[in-house]
Amino acid sequence: MLNTFNILETIRMIQEECLDIRTITMGISLLDCIDPDIDKACQKVYDKITARAEHLVSTGEQIEKEYGIPIVNKRISVTPIAMLAAACPDQNPVKFAKALQKAADTCGVNFLGGYSALVHKGFSAGDLALIHSIPEALAVTSNVCSSVNVGSTRSGINMDAVALMGKIVRETAEKTADQNCIGAAKLVVFCNAVEDNPFMAGAFHGIGEPDCEIHVGVSGPGVVRAAISKYPDASINELADVIKKTAFKITRMGQLVGARASGMLQVPFGIVDLSLAPTPAIGDSVAHILEGMGLEYCGTHGTTAALALLNDAVKKGGVMASSNVGGLSGAFIPVSEDAGMIDAALNGTLCLEKLEAMTAVCSVGLDMIAVPGDIEASTISGIIADEAAIGMVNNKTTAVRLIPAIGKREGDMLEFGGLLGSGPVMSINRRSCEKFIARGGHIPAPMHSIKN
Amino acid sequence: MRAVITVIGKDTVGILHKVSGICAAHQANVIEVTQSVMQDMFAMIMMVDISQLNSDFSALSDKLAELGKTEKLDIHCMHEDIFNSMHEI
Repeated sequence: MLNTFNILETIRMIQEECLDIRTITMGISLLDCIDPDIDKACQKVYDKITARAEHLVSTGEQIEKEYGIPIVNKRISVTPIAMLAAACPDQNPVKFAKALQKAADTCGVNFLGGYSALVHKGFSAGDLALIHSIPEALAVTSNVCSSVNVGSTRSGINMDAVALMGKIVRETAEKTADQNCIGAAKLVVFCNAVEDNPFMAGAFHGIGEPDCEIHVGVSGPGVVRAAISKYPDASINELADVIKKTAFKITRMGQLVGARASGMLQVPFGIVDLSLAPTPAIGDSVAHILEGMGLEYCGTHGTTAALALLNDAVKKGGVMASSNVGGLSGAFIPVSEDAGMIDAALNGTLCLEKLEAMTAVCSVGLDMIAVPGDIEASTISGIIADEAAIGMVNNKTTAVRLIPAIGKREGDMLEFGGLLGSGPVMSINRRSCEKFIARGGHIPAPMHSIKN
Repeated sequence: MRAVITVIGKDTVGILHKVSGICAAHQANVIEVTQSVMQDMFAMIMMVDISQLNSDFSALSDKLAELGKTEKLDIHCMHEDIFNSMHEI
């Protein structure tokens, strides 16, 4: 039975603790849009997306009203476009990006992800053309997101792709230098990318997924922060328990919204991604949860342990609340999107090396980090390689979303606005890794990849 | 199907009347009301049956949100499923 306490608790979570559904993401397969004539293929892509997602935004808005819970983003993820580009050799894949943007505009969604290529073992037809077109594609579109998977635990790391992506990330930032290098904020380089991720910029619709499905990404760092602040003297075990219970409640709400959206749109329910995704809003920070556990600032000694505890407890609480847990599920640690991370980076407590250590235990990787504009492409590749190695060896997803702040130096601020926030340009290690990256080739898969 | 309407704000004459008036106009039957006034703050939780609504649910919640704005009250109208799913296993 409902009681007053529970009702008020739910309302407080939504009104005061920034609880929201971060995204409803519709995954759409474009495999049936493949055509050797790129213009025909683009038309098929546009037609299919706009037909499937015609009511996505209005359905989301209706659910918001019904349950009184904000649904911040409505998004679409599609089959990696490199697979469609493979059928159209010698054509510029940017045409696909423009078709995707047009479809996103028609549907009214916030982002559309899937301008992607999966090259962890090597490049197949279409992959290289697509990767080379990423800087232009992200400069001429505003809502299209791109990702490239360069490694996996089963296959090792494609170091040729790592070397190439260093250049592509830099070029993408250069091409959008007049818009605060925003292009690079829409590009993620993955190791162990997941096929049902509803979060941007790394969402794409994997080839093992059904034709169309609905994923939900929940959020709620503010709720977890508020819950642990009630237990200032609790032991770590008790803290883990508090986080689990809170994650359970948050995930139940995601499950409810996902099931409702799936029913209304008559599309199968994919997954609930129970990630703690921060925003720059006050009270919506993952760093503040860690600080609430007893750290003076996020990034100091103990941060990695606190994050490991948080990430694990979120998963354990969420798993019982939904039968369809998937995606990235855990705690995100983007810098520019998290007020606490920004503060910690500004006062020097949080540095790139500590963030790298934290990515070994968080749900994804180095995210939304502004680096000096004069960074070498090979240094970006070095950072990608390090991150991919952590993912490969630890059997987890890792990612790099760096923003080379063209024309800016350490300590300057880069402003994006909105959910992407703003971030200080962080220092990097200036010693060269160019020779290592230039070798090219492949890092073999680790011993524990041989499981069968 | 039921919905929960919560109203919090400065106490004035006729809050209950106005809220229940909107419910009646939409054929939402009031099942239960818990209400208290502490100092001059009014707090009410109202459970209504929405299975016979003569409009869609969003029309009712829009109307209540509008009342909240004009009367400077914090009014939320939410489907009971959100509370049930969050607080019951």
